Amino acid sequence: MATSIELHKIVKSYGDVKVVHGIDLTINPGEFTVFVGPSGCGKSTLLRMIAGLEPITGGDLLIDGERMNEVPAARRGIAMVFQSYALYPHMNVYQNLAFGLETAKMPKAEIAERVAKAAAILKIEPLLQRKPKQLSGGQRQRVAIGRAIVREPRIFLFDEPLSNLDAELRVQMRVEIAKLHNDLGNTMIYVTHDQVEAMTMADKIVVLRAGVIEQVGAPLELYNSPRNLFVAGFIGSPKMNFLTASADGNRVNVAGGSIDLARPVAGATTLGVRPEHITLTEGSGVKLADVRVDLVESLGGQTVVYATTADNQPINIVLEGQRDVTLGSTIAAHIDPARLHLFNASGDVV
Amino acid sequence: MSDASSGLTVVTGVVSPTRKRITTVLVHVALIAASICMLYPLLWLLAASFRPENEIFTSASIIPSSWSIDSYIRGWNGLRTGFGTFFTNSFIISGLSVVGNVLACSMAAFAFARLEFKGKSFWFAMMLMTLMLPYQVTLIPQYVLFRSLGWVNTFLPLVVPKFLAADGFFIFLMVQFFRGLPKELDEAAQMDGCSPWRIYWKIILPLSTPVLATAAIFTFIWTWDDFFGPLIYLSEMKSYTVMLGLRTFTDSTGESDFGGLFAMSVLSLVPIFLFFLFFQRLLIEGIATTGMKR
Repeated sequence: MATSIELHKIVKSYGDVKVVHGIDLTINPGEFTVFVGPSGCGKSTLLRMIAGLEPITGGDLLIDGERMNEVPAARRGIAMVFQSYALYPHMNVYQNLAFGLETAKMPKAEIAERVAKAAAILKIEPLLQRKPKQLSGGQRQRVAIGRAIVREPRIFLFDEPLSNLDAELRVQMRVEIAKLHNDLGNTMIYVTHDQVEAMTMADKIVVLRAGVIEQVGAPLELYNSPRNLFVAGFIGSPKMNFLTASADGNRVNVAGGSIDLARPVAGATTLGVRPEHITLTEGSGVKLADVRVDLVESLGGQTVVYATTADNQPINIVLEGQRDVTLGSTIAAHIDPARLHLFNASGDVV
Repeated sequence: MSDASSGLTVVTGVVSPTRKRITTVLVHVALIAASICMLYPLLWLLAASFRPENEIFTSASIIPSSWSIDSYIRGWNGLRTGFGTFFTNSFIISGLSVVGNVLACSMAAFAFARLEFKGKSFWFAMMLMTLMLPYQVTLIPQYVLFRSLGWVNTFLPLVVPKFLAADGFFIFLMVQFFRGLPKELDEAAQMDGCSPWRIYWKIILPLSTPVLATAAIFTFIWTWDDFFGPLIYLSEMKSYTVMLGLRTFTDSTGESDFGGLFAMSVLSLVPIFLFFLFFQRLLIEGIATTGMKR
């Protein structure tokens, strides 16, 4: 049965320096939760506190309702896949997988059975007698995941496990981890700074910045309704465009023009618009601004236009398909007003 | 050389083959001469051990005019206690010292490098300070301590300290090595349910063969070659080490047996040579941390 995790006012300090500032979070049984945020935001520290590798300075960590703050890592029913794989270099793959079970003094027959099962799931049976140095990056990653699987933990933790794989392998492993979650149904927490990984894998995304949760929600919820400028800029690729704006009743003035909205937007100072929501045809919305084309990237399936507004603000546009956009020309950018995001001076959504 | 079309000037240093050959020959001559200077005393010792007694100091040649193993036979059996006993004693002391130093120093180093405990920095600084104390400074207090324990004229004063991580140099060496091993290995082992002892024994030690081999080699050589320690603590001939045994060949009041001395000196080098030969393989084997991504 899957396991729930609750964090109540979790704090982490190193001496006088507070790095995690009272995190409150509930992870439901079987949920795939992704902690995402820039470097130094505290996502790995939070994960390590859940794992038991880092002492919790304040607050409570509950696993299935039981307080775990002082429980040693091995007794929390957690397995972790490290960013660096952390395979034991002097042991072969079989020994790496079996080591935790041997430490738990499990009978040899059962160890063999569990290793065989994990190896079959991850398709690493032919590698069992090899040493880690004889494996490729992807194979090592599989073994690291296998080492977690054999322990049949309640919770899986992944600390940026794909950050060292090449782009193709990363996509492949991403799919495999998602499949693994579907097959096993365990509660999983995955740390990454790659928002694409977060969007594609998560049931729930937790966006962190400077030790504070900025927003928690389903991937599309964060994409469609970011709570503030930081989340709006962090979620989505390419990044959301931000233009300086001013509000006047139901009207927002931006890039030398203005857009009428269905609601009052008092206090808005920044207008956010995703590159993929901008079009060049009038029928699909209201005119946002005339922009000068600085650079065009034709990717085959998409055309990316890097442009500048009349008041010299950069704006990126992603157009579907292969489009003929002339470099240096001025084009009219259009937007569906429902897809605009407005933020006040403190960065919160209006 | 000039490239007119590109406007670039290319300078090439062309050395004639003859000049290159002369340089190579000169370098080799210098190196061989230096090697001879270094090896000559050893080769002379080896030659002297096979010379008849009356020829030892009459020739500087490294090839004896006639070969004899009399010095070896006389040296091995010539003393009241056979040289075999000295070798056995040296092997016991050196072997136990190697085991003690490698185990105890690695345990202390593991604690300093990987564990957190109160006063760690202070104790580490204290350990480093012991490196600065000359052996002679602690000799008398140590002697008084061991005499009060009744350990004088036993191997204990020479062996027991090795099991108490008393060698700061090796602890420091191992601390530096252990710090270089990825911390994630300990954490992975911790997640696998390992206690600090199991992490030390199953993860850290197997990955530390180069530094353990270094400690083993130097402990063996230094203990085997130690003259002062055994001289202070061992008074009966049956407990003498090889180095003390060699001294008994030279007698300031009577006649010295230099042939026996040289022969046994040659034999005393053999264990060190073999020990080094065996362990140097581990030294150069290096560490395989390729299970880690970096």
